[in-house]
Parts: sequence; structure tokens; C-alpha cells
Amino acid sequence: MTDLNKLSIADARDALHKGDVTSVELTDSCLTAIEGANALNAFAHRTPDMAREMARAADARIAAGDASPMTGIPVGIKDVFCVKGVPSQAGSRILQGFKPEYESTVTRNLWTAGAVMLGKLNQDEFAMGSTNETSCYGPAVNPWRGAEGVRLTPGGSSGGSAAAVAADLCLGATGTDTGGSIRQPAAFTGTVGLKPTYGRVSRWGVIAYASSLDQAGPMTRTVRDAAIMLGAMASADPQDSTCVDLPVPDFEAALTGDIRGKRIGIPREYRVDGMPAELDALWHKGAEMLRDAGAEIVDISLPHTKYALPAYYVIAPAEASSNLARYDGVRYGHRARLSQGDGITDMYEKTRAEGFGPEVQRRIMIGTYVLSAGFYDAYYNRARKVRALIKRDFDQVFDDGIDAILAPAAPTAAFPLGSVDKGDPVQMYLNDVFTVTLNLAGLPGISVPVGLDSQGLPVGLQLFGRPFQEAELLNQALVLEQAAGFVAKPERWW
Amino acid sequence: MSITEDQARKVAHLARIAVDDAALPALARELSGILDFMEQLNEVDVKGVEPMTGVTPMRLKRREDVVTAGGNPEQVLSNAPDAREGFFAVPKVVE
Repeated sequence: MTDLNKLSIADARDALHKGDVTSVELTDSCLTAIEGANALNAFAHRTPDMAREMARAADARIAAGDASPMTGIPVGIKDVFCVKGVPSQAGSRILQGFKPEYESTVTRNLWTAGAVMLGKLNQDEFAMGSTNETSCYGPAVNPWRGAEGVRLTPGGSSGGSAAAVAADLCLGATGTDTGGSIRQPAAFTGTVGLKPTYGRVSRWGVIAYASSLDQAGPMTRTVRDAAIMLGAMASADPQDSTCVDLPVPDFEAALTGDIRGKRIGIPREYRVDGMPAELDALWHKGAEMLRDAGAEIVDISLPHTKYALPAYYVIAPAEASSNLARYDGVRYGHRARLSQGDGITDMYEKTRAEGFGPEVQRRIMIGTYVLSAGFYDAYYNRARKVRALIKRDFDQVFDDGIDAILAPAAPTAAFPLGSVDKGDPVQMYLNDVFTVTLNLAGLPGISVPVGLDSQGLPVGLQLFGRPFQEAELLNQALVLEQAAGFVAKPERWW
Repeated sequence: MSITEDQARKVAHLARIAVDDAALPALARELSGILDFMEQLNEVDVKGVEPMTGVTPMRLKRREDVVTAGGNPEQVLSNAPDAREGFFAVPKVVE
């Protein structure tokens, strides 16, 4: 078999279990693809020796009849996950040289299931960014190109994960989503990205950005693959007190393709000014596909939608400023070279000025400001009250019998690297307009590719589900995926 | 809300990030731009609304207050930029 790296997780699993391929062959195919894809800058740290060793162990397990669906499947891991003994620096210079002494729960779950570790994937620094351009490794590049071969962003922050999955460098990848960091890159690369309900997946060992919003999830080429991979990533976890004690259902078994009678809401507030006409048209088309499958399409209102973005950009930096206080040059990572007579405050200030990039510094300072005496009520508490109203909007819609919500995943298709004005951070923040609401409300959401725009670039739609109803959400996404029949792949140029 | 250069310097110090004086005007401008964007929140009527702390209606898990880990100073210190004799080493803290 050729091009094993292009298999879906489901097909690879079936081939492994039938004995048609081995995990070593699958893994070698991915490692070769990775070696040939330096131009995408998707992998920040590669672990080929570890991969081959894990693949051999997986083959032994399959031969012994002790395999789970992820056994022998080669995956990429976003740099933000701590993997024991492997550089884990969340795309930041301040964690240069850091090799964790412990394993994140998500990666431990994946390795226990028998998945194979290919390496660490590029991302925006500390997951703060929507273009992958704040990474200390330089940006990952979208395998899809613009007119005249212009290089496009794969989105962010999980840009390396999205680029690697779209370019067939791995069969699936982990991502994290604090304000859209799984769903927007998935939309930009024609892949599937699932953000689970807050608390479904453990945050233990995931380098923190904003703890009340962060959630890890799978990034894959198909909805079925997302179901399989989420099943392996999710678990209860005594080491994360916000991770719920709920059984992990068989998400793949829920993929019946039957959504008859489901009520899908179309939120009118997501039809924002300046939305490209073709995005609006695809959104309509997506709703028709679900209607044709027997769902009822209902106009709904989520009145506080427009305040989600400013609320997010108060709450997330506030939490980040606290979380990132730990990077002080004492316990791990970078420490600045000090001058004669420098004290400990100089060490902190120089270390953090050298170690953090401009966007991370900006968010820490904004967070520090909104939490400082005299401003705490005006900004931070007000934002948390608005957050409660945003959550209430969703609660009311679900109480009215809506099963899921359909919306665009991002306001545009992928755009050229370097095209966002660095001096105007708010311009970049606007990318997250359709995604942050979900993080503020803690709900699950999935981005599914539904078509190409007039430039030939992929466009994704999002489905939002009820809390902890990922199984139902994945089934709705499967229907959308099948109806859209998106099969386009980027032409190989790298 | 406009941030002055002095306020920007103060925030940078609170955040323990060294900022050159020459960079303060641009920093003040960027921070002001972001805070302007947040001003929209003042349009929302939040009377009687409790600030949200967490999205999941669950009580944080409790566990017995007992030692569950420890006794591994080598692992704890293995990533330190400067560690000596089982301790993290830092510049002089007390005069």
C-alpha cells in the first residue's frame, strides 16, 4: 500500500486490525512525509526514534489481540502538551530547553491507548494568536496556497496541528481551544476540529493560558476520526479538579447519520456586518443540508453575542497574567544573563522581557491592568457578568428545545501570512468573533469543512452542542460532512 | 480610556516585564486601543447579575488532605536554570 500517511484513522485502524499494514509502516510513511514538509514548519520537535519504538510496541499489541481503536495510529501533539522527556515549550522562548518530568493526562491517555508520538507541533506562543505568527519557531504555513502561490496562515493557535493534518503528515493531532484555537485553524485548512465541553478532557499537564476557557480536543481529517480520537483523549482525572467524573461514551457508536427531528438553531446575531456573501451563502447551504436530512431549522437569537469578544479579551488576559506569573527564571526555562549588582526583580523583569514575545507581553500587561486595584470591578467583574449573560443566552435557547446551533467558523477563509497589522492587535482579535462565545459558555463545538470559496480555499461551518453531548454533536457533524462531500486537498507544493 | 506613558510603565513593572522608555509610547497606544475595544462592555445592563467563576455547575472535587507526591528533588530541580545542593539558586534577595 502506498501513501499510508493519507489514510483516515478509521481506515488505518481497520487495516491494522486486518493485518494489511503495520504501525511501523504507517509511522515510517508519516516520518517520510514530515521530512519532506519542512516548508510547512508544522513540526517544532520531531521524535522519530520514540515513534518507531512505540509503533513496534503497538504492532506487538495488535498481534496479541490487545488493541484499542487508536493503537498504532501516528499522531502529532501540539507543543502546549507536556510530554515526558520531550521539549514542551508552548511555542515560547521562555520555555526553551524545558523537558517535562511528567506526562499530560491527554497524552498519557493516548499512549495508553497505543497511539504513536511523531513530535511536537507548532503553535502561537502560549496559544495566544489566531495566525500562528506569534510562535518562537516562526509561523507554520498552510498547505493551501493563495493566488500566485502566496503563503497563507494555517490559523491559530493550533496552526501546526491543522497544517500537519491537512498535509497528511500525521493521521490526527491534538489541539487546544481557548477562544477558537482548534476550530478556526481547522476551518482554514479544510480539516475537522472539535472543542469538547469544558471539563470533558483533562487540563493536567497542558501548559495553561486561561484556565476557565482552555480545553483540549482532536484535529482530524474526518468527523469519524474526531470521534475515535476524542474517545481516547477524554477521561475523568483526579489531577484536574475541573474535569468531570462522567463516563466517556463510545462516540463512534453514536454516528448513526440520523438527525431526523433535531432542531438546529441559526443565530441571527452571527450575520455580522461585512460578512462575505459567499460565506453567507455557504452557511445557508449548510442549513439546507441539515434540513434535507430531516432536521428542523429554527431562527434563534443570542442577544449578547457582540459582547463576547470584548469580554473574552478581558477574562483571558486576566487569567493569563496570573498563569504566566510562574515564568520567573527560577524553576524552569530561560533566565536572562544578569549584570553585576542585579537583584531578583531585575532577574524577573529581564527574563520575562527576553522570554515572552510581544503579543504575550501585551496580554499579560492587559491582564495585569484589568486586575489591578481600581479597575477590577470596572473591567474584570463586568466582563464576568457579561459572560454569565452569554451563557444564559445559550441556556435559554437549549431550554426552548434547540439541539444544536449552526454558524460560520471564521469570518474569512485563510489569509496571507504577514497581512495582519502588528500595531493593531484588535484587528487580529476580530478573527475570533464566531468562536469565543462557545469558550465563554463552556460548550462543545466542531468545525467541519463544507466547501471552497471563489479563491479555491476551504471554508468551514461550526456546530455548537449542548453541554457533554459531544456524541450527538458529532453525529450532526457527520451528516453535514456527508452532505457537503468535501474531498478537496491542497495541491502539493512543499 | 487612554493609558499614559507613566501608567504603561507602572503596568509593565507590576507584570515584571522590563520595557525600555523608548518603547513606552507605542505600548501605551496599544494598551489604550485594547481598552477602548473593551469599553463596549459598558453598554450591557449587568444589574443583578453575578460574575461567573466557572461554566460547569459542579462543586470542585475534594480529596483527603494527605501527602500524595514528593521525595523527588532531582526531578523538581532538573529544569532549573541554576540549582545547587538541592535548592533553586537566585540572585541575592535580602540586602
